[in-house]
Amino acid sequence: MKKRIVAILTVICLAAGVFSGCTRMKPAGPEGTVTEIRYLNFKPEIAEVYDEISRVYEEETGIKLIVETAASGTYESTLTARMATDEAPTIFQINGPIGYASWAEYCADLKNTELYKHLTDKSLAITKNNGVYGIPYVVEGYGIIYNKAILNKYFSLPNRNTSYNYVEEITSFAALKAVVEDMQARRADLGIQGVFASTSLKTGEDWRWQTHLMNIPVTLEFLDKNIDLTGDKYKSIDFTYSENFKNIFDLYINNSTTDKARLGTVDVTTSMAEFALGKCAMVQNGNWGASQILGVSGNTVRAEDIGFLPIYTGTRGEENLGISIGTENFICINAKASEAQQQAAADFLWWLFSSEKGKKLVTEGLGFIAPFDTFSAEETPDDPLAREVVRWLNNDKVINIPWNFTVFPSQTYKERFGSALLKYAQGAMNWEQVKKQAVDEWKKEFGA
Amino acid sequence: MHKSLKKYFPVFVMPVLAAFTVSFLAPFAMGVYLSFTRFKTVDSSEWVGFENYISIFTQDETFLYSLWLTVRFTVVSIITVNVLAFAVALLLTRKLKGINFFRTVFFMPNLIGGIVLGHIWSLIINGILGFYGVDITYDPSYGFWGLVVQMNWQMIGYMMIIYIAGLQNIPEQINEAAAIDGASPVRKLFSITLPMVMPSVTICTFLTLTNSFKLFDQNLALNGKNAETSLLALDIYKTFYDHTGLRLAEWHGIGQAKAVVFFLLVAVIAFVQLRVTGRKEVEH
Repeated sequence: MKKRIVAILTVICLAAGVFSGCTRMKPAGPEGTVTEIRYLNFKPEIAEVYDEISRVYEEETGIKLIVETAASGTYESTLTARMATDEAPTIFQINGPIGYASWAEYCADLKNTELYKHLTDKSLAITKNNGVYGIPYVVEGYGIIYNKAILNKYFSLPNRNTSYNYVEEITSFAALKAVVEDMQARRADLGIQGVFASTSLKTGEDWRWQTHLMNIPVTLEFLDKNIDLTGDKYKSIDFTYSENFKNIFDLYINNSTTDKARLGTVDVTTSMAEFALGKCAMVQNGNWGASQILGVSGNTVRAEDIGFLPIYTGTRGEENLGISIGTENFICINAKASEAQQQAAADFLWWLFSSEKGKKLVTEGLGFIAPFDTFSAEETPDDPLAREVVRWLNNDKVINIPWNFTVFPSQTYKERFGSALLKYAQGAMNWEQVKKQAVDEWKKEFGA
Repeated sequence: MHKSLKKYFPVFVMPVLAAFTVSFLAPFAMGVYLSFTRFKTVDSSEWVGFENYISIFTQDETFLYSLWLTVRFTVVSIITVNVLAFAVALLLTRKLKGINFFRTVFFMPNLIGGIVLGHIWSLIINGILGFYGVDITYDPSYGFWGLVVQMNWQMIGYMMIIYIAGLQNIPEQINEAAAIDGASPVRKLFSITLPMVMPSVTICTFLTLTNSFKLFDQNLALNGKNAETSLLALDIYKTFYDHTGLRLAEWHGIGQAKAVVFFLLVAVIAFVQLRVTGRKEVEH
């Protein structure tokens, strides 16, 4: 009996140990003895570069940078799990105002960091009540990526039905539609299977539509209504530009390499490979996709033939719109880490984005267009899509569409919208139902 | 002997007990506690009482749907898996050439992990549906039946082995006596074979029941995260992880509450299973 009591007590002690282990952060060593920084990386495609960064930084400072990379689509779950442990990351990232709402009490104020002082456009940062809680560390852009070689081949066809001669002349949805539909009709002459790469609508692979494409009508609506993203007016939408979304979406699914009833199992990699192998002439994606084009074996697309077209949807004045440029990558420092650790993290970030070695790793290794004034004009990545983004960014004649999908309600909202788009493509839902769902669930997910 | 057993009891039991406590009991207790709270991470929770449990049925529309889908899936799987496994077992207890080879072949799908299996079947099913110009997402029932086919493929081999063991335990004399009395093969099957393998039937039924009820990875790999084809386990996962944003803490709580309800359901099944199989074993 006595033994049993001892045993039970031991169990309780152990359980208590586990619980208490969960409720406190790792005690920091004495001031100034930080030996390691933990970083939870969001981008699996560049995980290897961080190994190199880690090696160089340890050589320079003796501080070990421990980078953990969350697998694609699991950042939130990995972060949720890690935050409660002794190995909580000191540096992590959020995807915008919504991400900030999730992690607010973990985000330290970065107002006084060197990195923030050198941010070129301060309005890009996540701020609240004079505090700065997330600093964008990369600017990205997306639009319709085209293969100039195929377009030029089309422009040289004698019997074509349009009068355009250059890709630069396509500055409206009407022009895009005319060219695309004529190209689709002459796909055999052009040696392609379809104008657009498959509209990947597999769950988890549909972010190009439920997030990126949706950003365009939503942003235009916000602009019309003068909605300030720091208030809470963005918690409901009317989807006033739903017909415009439908315009471009129909164009994508009707002029594609894949029949629209079979889009539910296509992933982004497949779609990008179609473009890389020259099976199609256009694909909607961002500059991060460059490696998925140029790095694919059997690639037939030359670097100098790749360019971005804005995503035209048939709105008034759209010839003045550019591609969509912004960021959903905001770096944060864990407010629950010790002072010394927070400082070490800030020092590392400053080193990465300001020192010669760091900057070289950023532009050449990570391939980032970094929004800091420590980077000169020459210090941009040298893949063709990144250069295109910079070209559009510096084009004063157009307004580039900002990334407002960072205020989309939740992953669930996006996934449900994606599955509605799939049903629309398959004919199981009509557009009115898709629109209604997009509006209703926006509100519902915000709990408004 | 008894004395030394007592003496060394802590040495042998404590490591296991400690491991069990740390990796099961403690997280479990925390999990139950968290189902009554709202939380972002497990160390920042706010007590809300039974609110989460109420929300499962009022706010969240997916739980009951997934539960009903899971029940349907489980019933269909139990019937198909057991009937087919029993049939294969009957076939492979005859005197056939290369019988061990066939037994091995039927058992092998069981050695492949769930995710891999899901992707293999997704290729096969989409390949076939491709002839009709659609894919598995076209209709939720495609996903459902795809999952049933896959479950059968994976489980039949395992259940077959159990049935074979049961069939081999039937004394030859009973069948001979029945044959002399002029019983037809069908009569022998229903009046001798089936009653004699009842213990195996019970075990197999419950194994299929719990396995189908808890199915997760095959579901994710084959059907993706489509709401219409998410069984309970996948639905809980989605509730917990995909509602990022302003209501994150709330959804974490609801997901946790769902998981507790799910546990209770599985526990009830397991409990009944234990009682029923225990009784059969005594009879045997």
